[in-house]
Amino acid sequence: MSIGLLGQKIGMTSVYDAKGRLCPVTVVAAGDNVLLRRLTSENEGYSAIQVGFATQKESRVTKQLLGEFKKAGVEPKKLIREFRLDADAPEGEINLSISQFQPGDYVDVTGRSKGKGFQGVMKKHNFHGQGAAHGSKTHRRNGAIGNRSTPGRIWKNMGMPGHMGDERVTVLNLQIVQVREVDKIILISGAVPGSNGSYVVVRPAIKKPEGSTKKAEAPAKKPEAAVKKPEAVAPVPKEEAAKK
Amino acid sequence: MNRIIDAIEKEQQKPEPGNFKVGDSVRVHTRVIEGDKERIQIFGGIVIGRKGRGLNETFTVRRISYGEGVERVFPVHSPRIAKVEVEKAGRARRAKLNYLRERKGKEATAVQE
Repeated sequence: MSIGLLGQKIGMTSVYDAKGRLCPVTVVAAGDNVLLRRLTSENEGYSAIQVGFATQKESRVTKQLLGEFKKAGVEPKKLIREFRLDADAPEGEINLSISQFQPGDYVDVTGRSKGKGFQGVMKKHNFHGQGAAHGSKTHRRNGAIGNRSTPGRIWKNMGMPGHMGDERVTVLNLQIVQVREVDKIILISGAVPGSNGSYVVVRPAIKKPEGSTKKAEAPAKKPEAAVKKPEAVAPVPKEEAAKK
Repeated sequence: MNRIIDAIEKEQQKPEPGNFKVGDSVRVHTRVIEGDKERIQIFGGIVIGRKGRGLNETFTVRRISYGEGVERVFPVHSPRIAKVEVEKAGRARRAKLNYLRERKGKEATAVQE
């Protein structure tokens, strides 16, 4: 069973697939994920594992965290995240190498999107703006934002200018194209949030539970069976508790 | 560019990325998959340009088919291209032969500047 991986976005390129089609991919380096701690339902109230990624200088880590790393017997890490498990992790080895994924598997990738700064509504919310000519003196403004005395207020979620990007974004149902165990990199079809060099979390796709899709050999086939069974979707794990 | 990405792109490139020049008359052998059968389809014409670098390099072949000009763009490194056969070497003095599009009749079928 695949659990998930921490990785670093290297960049994008394209590869030819088995049918000779050029396929855009994101290269993610995901080697050296280390197990830091096992969280059990007995001690923490839920089952998970804590995983570290990317080596950090010892002087840049707080003493409190350093103790945690020492206890786990690993070098200090930059990134620590938790992966929820259905049941307490069994004793012994947990596969945190990239071999837990195979080509054709669906994954969700979480990252921090590129910051766009303060943006207007046309870029931020895809508003149409106003006419460019015919005497129009407004061009890229938001226009009307509500009605009159009914409802007498602005609806929630009204699109307005403001800061865009630099937020946590998850892209669902991306397909693994290649797993290169020698280089410890995976190629994921399509784009992944964040700039090159940023850290991403790769998890098994939550909306395509294991066994619901045809495996690696036939990634081109449409997984219709999976679409028809939304009730089979596994319960959504809470936001990473590791952020505390 | 990143060296990991470079390595990935390099291993997909063909060792001989098309030993033909702009202006050459070529026959491009493309693999066509119909059902579960694969056959070779040939597209012959004049190379009127090469574009792009590395894995993204493409070339354009122009031919006159039933009186109508037809252009096809092929990726140089695509595995669907079995081979490119040079039928007749052309002598072009520019990199892009877009002026052939204006030409009609016999003038448009060969390059000899």
